This record gives sequence, structure tokens and C-alpha cells, in this order.
Amino acid sequence: MDTRSVCALLLLAGVAPVVAGVTECDSSQQCVEGAAKTRLRETRAAENSLPASPRPLPLIAQTDSSIVTSPPTPSAAATAGAAAAAATGDTSNPNAFNPSVSVILSGGYAHLSQDPAAYRLSGYALSPDAGPGPRGFSLAESELSLAANVDPYLAGALTVSMAADNTLSVEEAFFQTTALSDGLRVKGGRFFSGIGYLNEQHAHVWDFIDSPLAYQAFLGGQFGDDGVQLRWLAPIDTYLDLGVEVGRGRGFPGSDNDRDGAGASAFYAHTGGDIGLGGSWRAGLSYLSAAPRARESVGMSAGPQGGRDLFTGASRLWIADFVYKWSPNGNPVRQNLKVQAEFFTRRETGTWVLDADGAAAVGPLTGDYRSQQRGGYAQAVYQFMPRWSTGFRYDRLARGSIDFSAVDPDTFAPHFDPTRSSALVQYAPSEFSRFRIQIAADRSRPGVTDNQVLVDYQMSLGAHGAHNF
Amino acid sequence: MIQFFSSLRARGPSSLILRAFAFAAGYVALAAAPAAQASLRVLACEPEWAALTQELGGDDVKIYVATHALQDPHQIQARPSLIANARNADLAVCTGAELEIGWMPVLLRQSGNERIQAGSPGNFEAANFVTKLEVPSRVDRADGDVHAAGNPHIQTDPRNIAAVAAALAQRLKEVDPDHAAQYQARLEHFNGRWTSAIARWEKQGAPLRGVPVVVQHKAFPYLLNWLGMSEVATLEPKPGVEPSSGYLSEVLAKLQRLPAKMVLRAAYNDGRSSEWLAAHAQIAAVVLPFTVGGDDHAKDLFALFDDTINRLLVAQVAMQKSVPK
Repeated sequence: MDTRSVCALLLLAGVAPVVAGVTECDSSQQCVEGAAKTRLRETRAAENSLPASPRPLPLIAQTDSSIVTSPPTPSAAATAGAAAAAATGDTSNPNAFNPSVSVILSGGYAHLSQDPAAYRLSGYALSPDAGPGPRGFSLAESELSLAANVDPYLAGALTVSMAADNTLSVEEAFFQTTALSDGLRVKGGRFFSGIGYLNEQHAHVWDFIDSPLAYQAFLGGQFGDDGVQLRWLAPIDTYLDLGVEVGRGRGFPGSDNDRDGAGASAFYAHTGGDIGLGGSWRAGLSYLSAAPRARESVGMSAGPQGGRDLFTGASRLWIADFVYKWSPNGNPVRQNLKVQAEFFTRRETGTWVLDADGAAAVGPLTGDYRSQQRGGYAQAVYQFMPRWSTGFRYDRLARGSIDFSAVDPDTFAPHFDPTRSSALVQYAPSEFSRFRIQIAADRSRPGVTDNQVLVDYQMSLGAHGAHNF
Repeated sequence: MIQFFSSLRARGPSSLILRAFAFAAGYVALAAAPAAQASLRVLACEPEWAALTQELGGDDVKIYVATHALQDPHQIQARPSLIANARNADLAVCTGAELEIGWMPVLLRQSGNERIQAGSPGNFEAANFVTKLEVPSRVDRADGDVHAAGNPHIQTDPRNIAAVAAALAQRLKEVDPDHAAQYQARLEHFNGRWTSAIARWEKQGAPLRGVPVVVQHKAFPYLLNWLGMSEVATLEPKPGVEPSSGYLSEVLAKLQRLPAKMVLRAAYNDGRSSEWLAAHAQIAAVVLPFTVGGDDHAKDLFALFDDTINRLLVAQVAMQKSVPK
């Protein structure tokens, strides 16, 4: 997609808020901000409506023999009288417009039977960000989020992530529309793409401590981008959410290159509904296209030091996702079940540089590259009593077909399908805190099993976050 | 727009879907206001507000209820069906006071529906129109699931329902002025019946005055305040926190000093802890419908309070017979 198309998309998105703003001003006598106006109106209405209840009430006899009658209780007046003063905020406070603040504290302990520095996903170019993470005690990503409405038409949010090595990164920083009509929403800035199911959620919302192998293999853990997103919710009684994104393509499977136009684009559709009183589901289909140039990955050549591979070409990924949630009578407080699965299929065509630095003593070898690979995961998490839940996840990737003109790909990518099985126990004292222990047998390389024990905690401080389905 | 499409055309089969989507989205964005609706579409967050909207809206409204009486309204998933209904609603009628804070913001954000956003006439929060009880003097998560605006379970006092009815009728007239006369007429009709019903309930409920009770969750301050009953203990150590067996024993010990007659819970609450306490303290365990649909009798707002009063009285009479103190 070139610059002109991006502009056209922005224009398409930009028309509606302007229209909405004008209409709002036109429809009222004075052109004041909608939100403040309505708040005033509600306060006024509250004052008017309160004294309604404590009127003296007529006695009506009722033919219920089991009930002894006596004069009615005049308890109403006292409570209703003191009401009018409620809801008047302190308007002089300069901090009254501060964004809501929330903090996620996270960390844990990892016991890995294999050296994480030598981690490989056999047959897959692994993003440098992927892998099981450090051994021993460590701080996981701690997040600071600020969010507020910008004006009557837009809202904004910033999430900064602080990593264990004292580096700071902008995880999300976006504006989004609040006043568009007809089911349209526009988001711009840096955000997690709406593809798949887990991708749009922050990692601290995920049920398992680490991301599925498929997310590591196909999305470098999670796909966030700098760009613009347009979503449309269809005006029907069945949920149908369509989205399209164009962006820089800075993250795996793209690569950050300074150029005009878009480095990645995505579109997706999600639908869902209810099954009976206690069940609900959501399913989706997503497509992500990226055009990486000299994309770095940890080498497919599986030597312990590995090499650095480079890829330039086209990466096209399809994702099918499904999630089903169930609880008795739709009340998840005591027991609830969540089952989810995602399936990925990706085609990459272009030029591959194998072992670009010669570190694995194979290359550098440059040749035409073409691959078709698939993978996915399925998991279930069951809360069997308040505070306690348990889960199981199975990951599998298929090596698929790899063609490489420079050397027989069997020499660096043996015919082997990586798998991993993980089990989880979670204790959540409240909805704002949880402790988890996860054990996994990771068979990502031929003949090697990494037995992993991960322990983590997550604390959510501040503003009450509402969670997506 | 034409450039947008032509640039996509060269991109292979996937661009076909993209193009179809962009066209559909663009069409809707630029289309004129939708055709007049036969009836006002209302998203009611809780069954009591659905029932009240039905009383006032009659056949001028089409109501979708987001939750039912066996669900804890604090703990609702922002599931796809709710988002789809939020997208098409002309008016959202909710409790507010942070009761729906865990899910309503998601519905509002994802609905792409400016009519029901906070601050719009189509966003009605009932708790704004009543005097709230238990407004905390400090807001700290160490105190459990406290609501800064006060206790949100306002629907258990029928005088609150009357106050909300007046405000809701006003709002219905505002968002659907074509049927203003009908809303006004139904409000007057409802007020007449409701006023006499309150008098009847207050008369019936007179023996409950001063009766000490234990509550499972702090869900009933408005009911107790209305009927003049007193709350001596809460089974949840902090709001939203499940009681441990140790804490239940503490409550039991407390009841030795401050005897209660009954332990109250809502239809959606798990019964184990109140049944345990009722058995050990030899008091009555009372399940109240809490909202419309909470039991077989509570089919509308009138039956809700008929049934609530009746259940309390039955327990009161039973306690008088069994343990004369």
C-alpha cells in the first residue's frame, strides 16, 4: 500500500469526526461541550427528582392473611432530604482532568533445563525478542498506563513498559475516536494489532505466563505497529467486527525500515455470540502482510551459537482464532471455563541470507527463499473454585516446506515439528492480583527437551481496567 | 478514494476482501442518518432497569437485557453479543456508580455508537438520581471492591425506583420526543400504582422494623434502610472477598453478642457460607430475588417487592416460632 492509499484511508477516517462535531454544535442552542452539558443536565434532574418519594402515602389494605399490618414507616424523608448536595465535584482542582493511571507489577522465577541463549525453534527464523526469557529470578515487564478522553471526540492512552534491564519502551501510545457513529472507530499511533485473539491483549492479561510458540514463531511474541486502524461493527444483531490496519511494519514479521509507504497491512473479521445461558464464543479470521527488508532473525541453522539470518521479501500470514467461555448460568464468580485455539499459516517469499556473519560456519549464503509453514496452539483454563484455576496448553508448529536456492534446506532445517506442553495453576487473591506456576516440556529442537518451571506474580494497581472478551 | 482503490487493485486476491471492507465502511460512514426506527432500542444493563423501561416505554421500546438475575452484575464478560447490542442501542439504561466498571467501558468503546457514550443523552445512569448510601470516606483497594460513588445496589428500595422512573421518563422523552406524551402517560400510570404499592409494602413490612440481620454481600443497605432493619454483620470480610472458614467463625462468635434473626443473600450469591452460618447460629437463611427474575415470583417490579417482603416476613415469623428470645 503506498502513501496515497494511506492518505485516502486517513481521509476516510477523518471525515466522520468532523461531521459528528458539527452536528452536535448545530443541534444545541449554544455550542458547548457535549459531555459537560449532559453532566449539568443530570445534576439538575437529580435535584428535581429526589423529593418525589417521601410523599405521604395512602394506606391500601392487602388480602394477605399471614401478614400483621401496622402503620407505615415514615423513614423516607430523612435519607432523601440530604441528597441534593451529592455529585457536585470540586471544580477548582487543577488535577481534576488528570488521566487515569494504572500500573502492572510483574516478575517471577524461571528454572530451565536448557540454556535459553541456545533456544531455537527448529525450522523457524526466530525473532531476537522471542524465546523463554532469562533463568532465575527476574523482573518481568512492568507497565505504566495513562488514559483519558482528549476532548469530546477523541481518547488517548499511553502504556510504557519497563523491562528488567532498565530499558524503557513505548508499548502503546495511541488516540482513538469516541464520537464516531455507525459502528466506526479509528485508532492511530502505536498499538497492538487486532489480528488473532491474544495479540490485541496486553501480555499481563494472558492466561499463561509466556506466549504460545506460534506467537513467537510468526509474530515475534506479539505484533505491535505504528500506524492507523479502522474498525467497523456491522449494524446487525450478530456481532461482526471488521478491521483494517496499515503501518510501519516495524516489528516481526516486518522490519523497521525508513521508507515511504506502509511496511505492513492487516485486515480481520471477528464474529461471535452466545450458546445458552452460560456459554459465549468469538471466532475470527485475520490476514497480516509485511514487507521486511533485511529482517534479522536468530539463525535457522541450529548451531549452539547460531548465526544471524537476514530476510528481504514478502511475508503473508493468515490466522484463524476461536475462543469459548462458559460458566454456570453465566455467573463466572465461582466456576468458569475458557477454551481457545489459534491456527497460523504463513508464506514467505524473497531473498534469504543464511548465517550472515558466518558465526555458524555455514555462510554467509544468499539465495532465493520460499516457505509455507503452519502452526498453532489450543488451551483450556478452568477456575474450579474462587481464586483457584488450572490450565493446559498444547503448542505445535509444522516445519512445512522450505525452498532455498543456495543450499539444501534440510542441512539447516531438519524435518522436525516443534511441540510444547504446558500446565498451569493460578491463585488469584482478588481480580487485581495473581500468582501462577507453570510447568512445560518444550521440544522445540530435535532430540532436546527443555523442562521449564516458571513462577510469576502480577499486581494491578490503580484504575480499574475493563477487560475485553 | 479512487486512488485508494486503484492502489489496492494491484495487490492480489487478498485486496479484494480489503476493498470490499473499505467500500462497506466508507459507504456507511458517508451515508445519511439512518431511517426512522419503529421503536427506541434500549440496552438495559440490569433486569430491574429493563422492567422499569418496559413500564415506561411499553411498545415504543425494544429492550435487550445485558444481564440476568443469576449473574453478579460486577462480574460480567464484555462478550460479543453485548457489544453487538450496544452498537445498535439508542439508549443505555444502567445503574452506574461503578457497578458496571468491569465491562461497560468495553461495550462503549467497541460499540462505535456515539449515542450511548458517557455524557450523551443516550447514556442513562440510574444511580445519579438517588441518594447513595455507604459513600466511602476513603477509597483504597485494601478495603476490597469499594465503589467511590457509594453502594450501587440502589434497586432494593422502591422509593429509589420511583425517583429513577421520573428521571428515566424524562430521558425517554428527550431521546424519543415523538412519543413524549406516551412516556408521560405511562409514568403517571406507573407512579399511581407504585405509590400505592409502596404504602402496601411499608404496611406489610412494619413487623420487620428493627430486625437485626446478617448480609452476605453489602447488597442490601437500601432495603434495610427502607424497612428500618439493621445490619449487624457481613459475611464477606471485605466487599467482593469470599469469606474464609476462619472469618465465618468470627462472624458466628459476633452473633453471640449481637444476635441476628436472619442472613440475607441475593439470588446470584453462592449459598454455602450463609447456609453454614444459618445452621450454626440457628437463624433463617433468606434468598432474596434482588432483581426481576431472581425467582419464579419476581416477574416484574411489583412482584419483586411483593416477593421480597413476603420472604422476609416468612423468615421473621419462622424465627419468632422457633427461637423465642
